[in-house]
Amino acid sequence: MSTIQIPSRIPLDDYSSVIGAGEVAELRTLAKPLAGRSVVMINSTAVGGGVAEILNRLVPLAEELGINIRWEVMTGGEDFFEVTKAFHNALHGAPYHPEPRHFDIFRAYNEKNAKRLPLDAEFMVIHDPQPAGLISYRKKNGNHWVWRCHIDLSHSNPAVWNFLENYVPHYDAAIFSSPEFAKQLPIPQYLFHPAIDPLSEKNRELPPEFILDVLARYGIDHLRPILTQISRFDRLKDPVGVIRAYRIVRRYFDCQLVLAGGGASDDPEGATVLKEAQNAAEGDPDIKLLELPAWAPLEVNALQRASTIVIQKSLREGFGLTVSEALWKKKPVVAAAVGGIPTQIIHKHTGLLAHSVEGAAYQIRFLLSHPDIAARLGERGHQHVKENFLITQNLKRYLTLFLKLGKPS
Amino acid sequence: MKVAETPFEFFTVAYLTRIGNQSAANLEELLVGLEQCSDASIFHHTFQTLGSHHFLTEGFSNDFAQWALAEASRDALAEQFAALDIRDYTSIAALRADLCRVLRDFIAAFPQFSRQEALDRFYFCESLEVTMPFSLNAATLDEFRNGVASISHASFHFHFVTSRLRLQLRTNDFSHWLAGSLGLTTLAETIDHIDIYTNTLDSARAKMLRLMDRERRKYEHDSNPKQDSAG
Repeated sequence: MSTIQIPSRIPLDDYSSVIGAGEVAELRTLAKPLAGRSVVMINSTAVGGGVAEILNRLVPLAEELGINIRWEVMTGGEDFFEVTKAFHNALHGAPYHPEPRHFDIFRAYNEKNAKRLPLDAEFMVIHDPQPAGLISYRKKNGNHWVWRCHIDLSHSNPAVWNFLENYVPHYDAAIFSSPEFAKQLPIPQYLFHPAIDPLSEKNRELPPEFILDVLARYGIDHLRPILTQISRFDRLKDPVGVIRAYRIVRRYFDCQLVLAGGGASDDPEGATVLKEAQNAAEGDPDIKLLELPAWAPLEVNALQRASTIVIQKSLREGFGLTVSEALWKKKPVVAAAVGGIPTQIIHKHTGLLAHSVEGAAYQIRFLLSHPDIAARLGERGHQHVKENFLITQNLKRYLTLFLKLGKPS
Repeated sequence: MKVAETPFEFFTVAYLTRIGNQSAANLEELLVGLEQCSDASIFHHTFQTLGSHHFLTEGFSNDFAQWALAEASRDALAEQFAALDIRDYTSIAALRADLCRVLRDFIAAFPQFSRQEALDRFYFCESLEVTMPFSLNAATLDEFRNGVASISHASFHFHFVTSRLRLQLRTNDFSHWLAGSLGLTTLAETIDHIDIYTNTLDSARAKMLRLMDRERRKYEHDSNPKQDSAG
């Protein structure tokens, strides 16, 4: 069975305390005409990664609203996932020279999955490139097919995109996370922001003693300002740049820097980047480089909540949902103006944007000098996330899309 | 308490954002986009964006103003865009004409800036609207007050802000009904004067509820003055 069973469910009414009873009533109202109608979501992994994280929350909520929704995961051999990982990186702009056999592998596994996956739901939502080829096996029953692309295609490798273009125009619609991630396509393209779950372990309120416990475990002093960046050890997250910015700030403020993330133990490049960061941090005990396990939501939550300022100084970024996580916790954020970050950080309203190491350092110093402004940015950032980047908003967008695509039965 | 012949019907609304094929890298391209984009796009970047950013009460007005400020670094133009108050418009055509006029005037005054590349492009999007009745009607002020207190942000924005385009009147659904169906013209006018640019949707709603509570107390006092003075 590839249908994903979701063990922990949070009832929709629990969200009333976060977003208000009126918003929950609105979801129920919008879902009424969709009751009993079928939706199948297909992606390539049940665990790990932002897509699985979103589907884990979205599917049970839609189910509670009476929608006949299933989440299916496509299967594939190592060869398939090697090819699709290369495709993924290439679509993000990495150099790649695909061979014809790579496309054959992609086609073969899509064909195999088409035979075993249910493709006859009224609304088929296909996530990311891996299962994009399933559209070739669309049945002639008039159902609606939507391609949800979570990747930034603005710098995509032409060879891989040209291949995907064999499939994408056959969908009824495509969804992107930002207008600049989209392509010129002959089908309607919609904007869905990624979303966080305010009640998940990564985002829910935590007891202060737990937060102090986490800080103590990692040797972080809770009495001095804490600057934090939560990210994989990846060059595109610029951990060395963050350390350089911290060193400028450090001339004026007695603060600490926490760089926490996974990706070093199972990724050769991650280990190299961690080593570079360790070299850059050498001699400063106030820089903590924490290699967290792949899934440590409570620790991430505690570190974000303990932070004075959260940094996201990426050089390239997808949507950068860690920014929303920090904003949800009412943290002032200093972030690079790349990818989806400016959608979350409206400069001087919900946080501060920077374009360089020196710029980031200046914005951090400004916020450390003006805690009142920092608090106001954090408060507005929280409101921004509440209005635009919560899982309930994501659910509302899907309901609206289904209402638009399918006439009431 | 007066019972309206035609009850107020609360609606909810949801928007799907469609990404357009137009974008602008400088002011000249923005003008072309403004002239050519759909009405749904003008609506999205003005009426709709105010609703989704209602919590910003210091200087956020519409996407064009924000882009001119943050991406094109043209503060004076941003100020002109921001000064366009959507409550003054009952048609998208009139709003589009003023947006274009502001930009044309700026380009004419400062031609050197017209092709200067912005930090990031402006992407034209459009809002596709889905409206549905909330299964909530009100025939009295009490019922109406409770309805307003319980609806979502989107519903409040729909009735209080975007209704101007629907009614083609310089008022909102709430005031229109209070005056027309309950005869509460002063209350209706006071509610219509709540500033949506300096209030969040929550604070605007809270003000509206306070005004209605005051009206209810006044009604109770007028209909039973003895009991009130004895108490």
